Amino acid sequence: MRPRFVPGDTVRVRQAEPLGHCRTPGFVRGHSGRIERVLDEFPNPEERAYGRPGLPKVRLYRVRFSQPGLWPDYDGPAGDTLDVEIYEHWLEPAGP
Amino acid sequence: MASADLHPTAHDHDHDHDHEATPPPDEGWGGYGPELETAVRELLIEKGLITADAVRRTVEAIESTTPAVGGRLVARAWVDPAFRARLLADGSAAARELGVDMGTTRLLVVENTPDEHNLIVCTLCSCYPRAVLGLPPAWYKSFAYRSRAVREPRAVLAEFGTVLPEGVSVRVHDSTADMRYMVLPLRPAGTEGWSEEALAALPTRDSMIGVTDLRGALALAGTKDEGEDKSRTGR
Amino acid sequence: MRGFHDLGGLSAGPVDRDEKEPALWEKRTHALLMLLSDPQQEVMSVDELRAGIETLGEAEYGRLTYYERWITSIANTLVRKGVLSVDELGRKRAEVAAREGGGA
Repeated sequence: MRPRFVPGDTVRVRQAEPLGHCRTPGFVRGHSGRIERVLDEFPNPEERAYGRPGLPKVRLYRVRFSQPGLWPDYDGPAGDTLDVEIYEHWLEPAGP
Repeated sequence: MASADLHPTAHDHDHDHDHEATPPPDEGWGGYGPELETAVRELLIEKGLITADAVRRTVEAIESTTPAVGGRLVARAWVDPAFRARLLADGSAAARELGVDMGTTRLLVVENTPDEHNLIVCTLCSCYPRAVLGLPPAWYKSFAYRSRAVREPRAVLAEFGTVLPEGVSVRVHDSTADMRYMVLPLRPAGTEGWSEEALAALPTRDSMIGVTDLRGALALAGTKDEGEDKSRTGR
Repeated sequence: MRGFHDLGGLSAGPVDRDEKEPALWEKRTHALLMLLSDPQQEVMSVDELRAGIETLGEAEYGRLTYYERWITSIANTLVRKGVLSVDELGRKRAEVAAREGGGA
């Protein structure tokens, strides 16, 4: 499947609280960032964790966040960033 | 989803904090780990799912993989701009060019520049580029590193003795999914003309995780003769 | 509500610069996981390992060492999937414990 997002897109990480295994850390949920890189598709680890094949594969992205935007008490310059790998189904488009 | 809940049973261990209830972290619960590992391994061998030989060979492979592997990638990238570009585009493919067995690892190499310093962490567990750096240090897997590296990277760097020059941005990478990360450190000044073999000895594990850089590297590398021996092979 | 393992951003003290080498049993644990998750002949996946660790519960997660969590998760997962039966694992553990020197 073609990637839904391209580098430079602004995306928001969905604020969801599933129980069970996922690889989207809590500290980025609800936050916005930019697609830094489009990676491959991989079997979905959320399903693989329970012995299922995790198909169809899900697209993985690297999303770049501004550190001061993530942490109210961030001690560092505005240009510091944090890149996190996030699967497509956790992302939704955000404003420009 | 219920698990078999196999773990040291409550009656075996006293959880009272007032006396030595918690075992020293490096010893764990006495024989629990070693005995369970032996039991699982022997059953799997008896069932033909693995062989003792495969276990032995895999342990040997784990033990023989050291940060020197990553050091070779770094040195080649320093001397060969085309290789550097390939390394940054697809770390695993580039590593395979140098004969590294990457297995299923998807390596993503991030490059330090005069303006950017990179730091690697896995907040959710302890994902690490084992194929090029060997097993991670225990501190990389610790609560404090995993929790603080994303939130206060500069304070963590300072604990490792790393203070970045003015104007350098910090880029943290949380390996949350299928990629594994390695930092390509900046080549230290004063290494012009060094052989690739001599250069490969400079990158430290910590510089390829990103908690340190190589600015002090020459002071540790030994005599000038080693670096300036241009008769050594190296491309 | 985050999983206990989801540590990014939580408060903590200084990083303890622990450089202790893994013991042989710990390297074997790692080797077991690599062999069991080999795509050519997958018995369990790294994802199952992680889920098994994440559901140990907060007290166990904090009390067990890193590789104790691994081997516990591996054993639990293999039992859950029917690769090992509860009975045979119990018998084998007792046999190992009874040997001179334990699980060498």
